[in-house]
Amino acid sequence: MTIDTVKHAEATPDHEQPWAELGLKEDEYQRIRDILGRRPTSSELAMYSVMWSEHCSYKSSKVHLRRFGEVQESAGIGAERRAGARPDNSQETAAGKLLAGIGENAGVVDVGHGYAVTFKVESHNHPSYVEPYQGAATGVGGIVRDILAMGARPIAVMDPLRFGPLEAADTARVLPGVVAGIGGYGNCLGLPNIGGEVVFDASYAGNPLVNALCVGVMKHEDLHLAHASGIGNLVLLYGAKTGGDGIGGVSVLASETFDEEGPMKRPSVQVGDPFMEKLLIECTLEMFADGLVVGIQDLGGAGLSCATSELASAGEGGMHVVLDDVPLRDSTLSPEEILMSESQERMMAVVTPDDIDRVLEICRKWDVDATVVGEVNDSGRLTIEWRGEQVVDVPPRTVAHEGPVYERPYARPSWQDALQAAGPQELPRPSTGDEFRTTLLLLAGSPNLASKAWVTDQYDRYVLGNTVLAQPEDSGVVRIDEASGLGVAMATDANGRYTKLDPYAGAQLALAEAYRNVAMVGAQPLAVSDCLNFGSPEDPDVMWQFAEAVRGLADACRALETPVTGGNVSFYNQTGDKAILPTPVVGVLGVIEDVSRRTPSGFRTPGQAIYLLGETRDEFGGSEWAHVVHGHLGGRPPAVDLDAEKVLADLVVQASHEGMIGAAHDLSDGGLAQALVESCLRYGAGARIRIPEGVDPFVFLFSESQARAIVAVPESEEERFADICAARGLPYQRIGVVDDGGDGAPTLDVEGIFSVPLDELREAHERTLPARFEA
Amino acid sequence: MSKGPPDVRIGVVTFPGSLDDRDAARAVRIAGGEPVALWHGDSDLYQVDAVVLPGGFSYGDYLRCGAIARFAPVMEPLIDAARGGLPVLGICNGFQILCESHLLPGALIRNDHRKFVCRDQQLRVENTTTAWTSGYQADQEIVIPLKNGEGGYVADERTLDELEGDGRVVFRYLEDNPNGSYRDIAGITNARGNVVGLMPHPEHAVDTVTGPTTDGLAVFSSCLNAAVEGVRA
Repeated sequence: MTIDTVKHAEATPDHEQPWAELGLKEDEYQRIRDILGRRPTSSELAMYSVMWSEHCSYKSSKVHLRRFGEVQESAGIGAERRAGARPDNSQETAAGKLLAGIGENAGVVDVGHGYAVTFKVESHNHPSYVEPYQGAATGVGGIVRDILAMGARPIAVMDPLRFGPLEAADTARVLPGVVAGIGGYGNCLGLPNIGGEVVFDASYAGNPLVNALCVGVMKHEDLHLAHASGIGNLVLLYGAKTGGDGIGGVSVLASETFDEEGPMKRPSVQVGDPFMEKLLIECTLEMFADGLVVGIQDLGGAGLSCATSELASAGEGGMHVVLDDVPLRDSTLSPEEILMSESQERMMAVVTPDDIDRVLEICRKWDVDATVVGEVNDSGRLTIEWRGEQVVDVPPRTVAHEGPVYERPYARPSWQDALQAAGPQELPRPSTGDEFRTTLLLLAGSPNLASKAWVTDQYDRYVLGNTVLAQPEDSGVVRIDEASGLGVAMATDANGRYTKLDPYAGAQLALAEAYRNVAMVGAQPLAVSDCLNFGSPEDPDVMWQFAEAVRGLADACRALETPVTGGNVSFYNQTGDKAILPTPVVGVLGVIEDVSRRTPSGFRTPGQAIYLLGETRDEFGGSEWAHVVHGHLGGRPPAVDLDAEKVLADLVVQASHEGMIGAAHDLSDGGLAQALVESCLRYGAGARIRIPEGVDPFVFLFSESQARAIVAVPESEEERFADICAARGLPYQRIGVVDDGGDGAPTLDVEGIFSVPLDELREAHERTLPARFEA
Repeated sequence: MSKGPPDVRIGVVTFPGSLDDRDAARAVRIAGGEPVALWHGDSDLYQVDAVVLPGGFSYGDYLRCGAIARFAPVMEPLIDAARGGLPVLGICNGFQILCESHLLPGALIRNDHRKFVCRDQQLRVENTTTAWTSGYQADQEIVIPLKNGEGGYVADERTLDELEGDGRVVFRYLEDNPNGSYRDIAGITNARGNVVGLMPHPEHAVDTVTGPTTDGLAVFSSCLNAAVEGVRA
């Protein structure tokens, strides 16, 4: 058995190395040789190959993502921002200041009262297709550790999910597994799942999107960044033992150095242990509380390679690690495999020698294994030894931060014009009362608009006792301070069809919808995290979609004063050469001063007037109606009007805070009709709706014009409410009343056109998923 | 709502993997008691007046739910004290631990539909003489959250008949049985009425901001009264 040491590498410059099998390009391999002034050892090659991968280095997206940094500079860091309906006598600093942004594990936003919130959304798409349960489970685990590594207590998760067609055979394999995995991990970990999305489209068959979001909270002073500072400080690895899971491609190196006794084929998808993660959380938070942590980093993708190189390059000195001290689950692992292993539930902390005993004691209390594996030094290098010999000696920044950057070619696809030209104008529209009724029921039960309770009932939304609103509400709301009632709201949205029709506008519409959803519950939107799911960056069409989406999102973030605090890019989401719908998932975080004033989405009180806010136009490009009824995708998505979004959001936040509204629900997919269905079914209260004179009922009911909402207003507040709408220049129409049906059964009644008993509506809306998955 | 005397101390045990321990402590506080954190590895109850075993996944529930927690050091004095009349409440995983400890008969198995279920559950309180239910009216119908993967209550016919005959079924599911529990049983008590276990979560229904109702609060306020009477007796 040969160990490829640094010395050996120096002595054998011509040794052939499998850089191509590890996914490196020839010039990338040459660059590594130039950096090191010799060929890399196989351990170094392993580290560079994984850290320079698309997934870790963002090499194709970096040049575009800079736009988000510019938004931060113009609107974010240092800028104090208003927090909506904050009382004038508030003595706290205004919320909205970014305390940490892009470049850290997750962005951190000041929400006032000395609290900061950190949140991030990440993809776990490919593993979840291969092994739905574990892929989705470890996706939750990974994002939770990201949040923990910022010094925050994780307080909630949510999962934007996208699958192939509901009726497709493979969806019955992937969806239940993914949902069970998210539930199995999150429920056992004890984090409430407060929202997310479940969307079906043929383009996701063979490439489901499993995105996971986590929110955490901390006091300002507890912010922990990934630093390895302080010469002589100790590097502590704690949590699960390191095994052979997730090492994937590196086996090619192992087979090179260990020809016979090497470990056999291993699963490339990691296996999660939520119980260990729960212990890891409690243990880490106790270390934070006692002020024992100098720097911290989670171990996720690229495992120790990532953690050691990131920690070392963020500090001022260097780091030496003894790989033999890493506790192993499998003693046959090679140094390359140990460096690459993606075993879950591990963290790395930098601790002073004075504090190490106390830290180890906390680990023991929580039954968490902890081992000192290295030390911070002043060498400026990351050095790693194995069996007494140096196997890695690199400048850490070259591994972690100075990977290749590509300006991938991109061009507007040749088919884009034709797609936009083929609008929905010619599609036959319903025109009679019966046809409207049928269309409403068909849409309410269609896969994308049907109730997702079958999914979300498998998630614990109550644990930790602070969940104020959860699915199917417009956004999840979690209380973060019991004394003051301070809370945060979170929503994620994306519309792949809109984005396909116009990536620039589509990304903006995703932000607009999430922003609107946060405002609906009465929270002031503050900041954005995104998960940009696209096809191959090597396809100029896809790269154009990506560049346009980023440009659109950055522009919209600037307009809405909601900076992108961080996020994730997932490329290569395609089957063969067919890419998924471009899917920029946008998560918006908001703050609500007093959660007891939150506004729910459902009608509850008979007699409250229903107002439609915003302007309705004939907009059906990319609509749910065109998709469900005609299988049509073409034309332009609904117009973006960010000024109108802002006016609407500000008004609803104010009305909610001042107790003027009993319910608020945003209008999006399926238009007004679907919003009414959902608001009626939430608490089983009916509604009587009158379509205004001279208005086309089809457009009124089903258009997907943006910047719109419905609200329920008590009679006593109607005058005041109308006044503030008028004062802010927000179009408003009184379109009906909440009606419990008196002695009869409650119905959704569109006067003179059609009427549907809620029981029938509920059957249509709630049966779809159970009928598919309980069969 | 009834506030108990402030000096009633109710212990809440944290096992590795306990999740609803903070929530249970909060519920005790809202009911007017003083929550006392108890640690699984500590074989001392610190003279608390009652104990709550909270929900969660103790030790990951990788073995039978509650099967490992039942052997925690804290359980030794707890089992003795419970046999001596100390009010003990087991919620969800806590109920499973009480069954594994044989303080309550029967067992909890995987839900009949094989999925985790989280929903607001309607229940009937059928025994209002226990230490944890005296604050309810007879046959009161309540709604509190339920969330479990292994909440199907099972026991042999004789045990079930005995439980029914002695009025020891404390909570019963109304409308849909959420997990296949025999005879719709949601919660039971021991013969003495001081030990109660239930699958649904009363600690998640103690204020209207975070819970669907405040129907769970009476569980904790009942105990405050029971503890006071216990001291007087």
